[in-house]
Amino acid sequence: MISLAGRDILHAWGKFVFTGIGLGLLIGVTLVMAGVYRGMVDDGKALLDNSGADLWVVQKDTLGPYAESSSLNDDVYRSILAMPGVAQAANVTYLTMQVRKGARDVRTMVVGIAPGKLGVTPGWPPFLVAGRQLTRSHYEAVADIATGFKLGDRITIRRNHYTVVGLARRMVSSSGDPMVFIPLKDAQEAQFLKDNDAIWQSRRRSEANPAFNRPGVPGLLEAVIASQSTNAFVNAVLVTLKPGHAPEEVAESIRRWKRLTVYTRTQMEGILVGKLIATSAKQIGMFLVILAIVSAAIVAFIIYSLTMDKIREIAVLKLIGTRNRTIAAMIMQQALALGVIGFVVGKITATFSAPMFPKYVLLMPVDSITGFFAVLLICILASLVAIRMALKVDPAEAIGG
Amino acid sequence: MNGKGIRIEGLKKRYGEGDTAVDALKGVDMQVAPGEVVGLIGPSGSGKSTLLKCLGAVIDPTVGRMTLGDEVIYDNAWKVRDLRALRRDKIGFVFQAPYLIPFLDVTDNVALLPMLAGTKNAESRAKALELLTALDVQHRARAMPSQLSGGEQQRVAIARGLVNRPPVILADEPTAPLDSERAMAVIRILNEMARKYETAIIVVTHDEKIIPTFKRIYHIRDGVTHEEAGEGRGFD
Repeated sequence: MISLAGRDILHAWGKFVFTGIGLGLLIGVTLVMAGVYRGMVDDGKALLDNSGADLWVVQKDTLGPYAESSSLNDDVYRSILAMPGVAQAANVTYLTMQVRKGARDVRTMVVGIAPGKLGVTPGWPPFLVAGRQLTRSHYEAVADIATGFKLGDRITIRRNHYTVVGLARRMVSSSGDPMVFIPLKDAQEAQFLKDNDAIWQSRRRSEANPAFNRPGVPGLLEAVIASQSTNAFVNAVLVTLKPGHAPEEVAESIRRWKRLTVYTRTQMEGILVGKLIATSAKQIGMFLVILAIVSAAIVAFIIYSLTMDKIREIAVLKLIGTRNRTIAAMIMQQALALGVIGFVVGKITATFSAPMFPKYVLLMPVDSITGFFAVLLICILASLVAIRMALKVDPAEAIGG
Repeated sequence: MNGKGIRIEGLKKRYGEGDTAVDALKGVDMQVAPGEVVGLIGPSGSGKSTLLKCLGAVIDPTVGRMTLGDEVIYDNAWKVRDLRALRRDKIGFVFQAPYLIPFLDVTDNVALLPMLAGTKNAESRAKALELLTALDVQHRARAMPSQLSGGEQQRVAIARGLVNRPPVILADEPTAPLDSERAMAVIRILNEMARKYETAIIVVTHDEKIIPTFKRIYHIRDGVTHEEAGEGRGFD
């Protein structure tokens, strides 16, 4: 038996190909949306991987430092270092801001990293694609390549200028913003640095406050003003463990004795994926559902139209003894062919367009396979309307009168 | 070869029930022998289409008896179970318009019926080519229907109607869209094919040009048929 669907497709190949391309672009968008979600999850994991930490010590009862703000005194790390099982502990600050280079600015996450050694001190970018790590304690920066900065570029963070001495890759925040690493002291200053007028106003208020400017207490006002213009806080302490120590045991010890909140890698992943990007994931999920419905509607409409165009031929086929299942198979095969054409076009579109998106789009084979079967399922469901209509065609319609 | 053609006795068809019931056929008797071509003539609303649909096993008669070849296909309440297979194997159709399948070439349009019956593709195509040759359209065997003239399309449609060697062919206004010359050519072909394959052919027509060609004519009026001798001009 010849393939009626195949012959019809070959006969009207232009209609099928162009419809398939249209459907394919829609499927491409769907695959990219799935890729955006995967990219967000991967960004979150990259953030945790690149920090090099086994534990995150943050302000008590917060989900910091990525999902909520967290503030710790910058000397807390010393006492954590003394805890059993802790190999290294290092302060870190995170600040999402616009970093300027000349007339343009780039949205980045500025990370303040403690002085130390690569591979030992957590928080450092684990590898560079160009240049060197930070070696001076001020005004040097290592930037992710996605910022567009180049070695030797002068960038401005708050009022200070930094020279880009190294370039990293895939160092991004959970929202996909590229990172810029600067020395911890500079980052602490940048977090709380006010403009000159605000500093002057603050000093004036302190001077006017009799509690801070008491007659007969020399040096008090100067001490208060000095404390107001320095920042002794960091957002988190990153901790690495000695071999043979379980993360949860050490975390529990720090929680108990230091009365701080501590997250293990698993818990932090749960916060990033389950809380930080949960809303975005739901949003993308909604888009995927809408796109699936739109795809189904398009396939249903196209197959319905193609079937409507063949009503007389279907009546003739039924009159001359064609089985209902042969006619149903013809319609369903056409819908599946449309889906396959659409998927191939969609996959190619998604693959070539993904690198052009500003955020990281991660196209995973498992999503493509799931998408392929979803498209086939949608096509089968979408063809049911046309099949129902075709099966209701009365063979008597082929006979005039 | 094909038994006894088609025989219809006391065929009635009623649409609806009660006060709204309409008797479309009130008692039709017909007999068409193998190799014979008869005309079925009647005005609009006379019951022609209903009779054709009953003959084509598309709708069930209300009462009566129909015999196709050697097989009783309807006898009052009893009917053949698989009407689809009956239409495929025992009845050929030729329509007013050729209604060829536009996405199949000429050969496959004709070969489709034996393929549907389970005959292998090569064998089906050989059968189709034999008929296309008999109808002198073998040179268009690979053409698509849209590339054929009206007359060629009608000949291909006749080939399709004949390909399973049915005992009866129902031709519904087969010459309506054709000019006189082509209409006569189609009637000539139907006569030749009827004789060659011993097929009973019933031609439903309004076409005054071809009515004199029938040796026997059934007039249908108000659901009742009346047989009369035709002129049988030109096809002795």
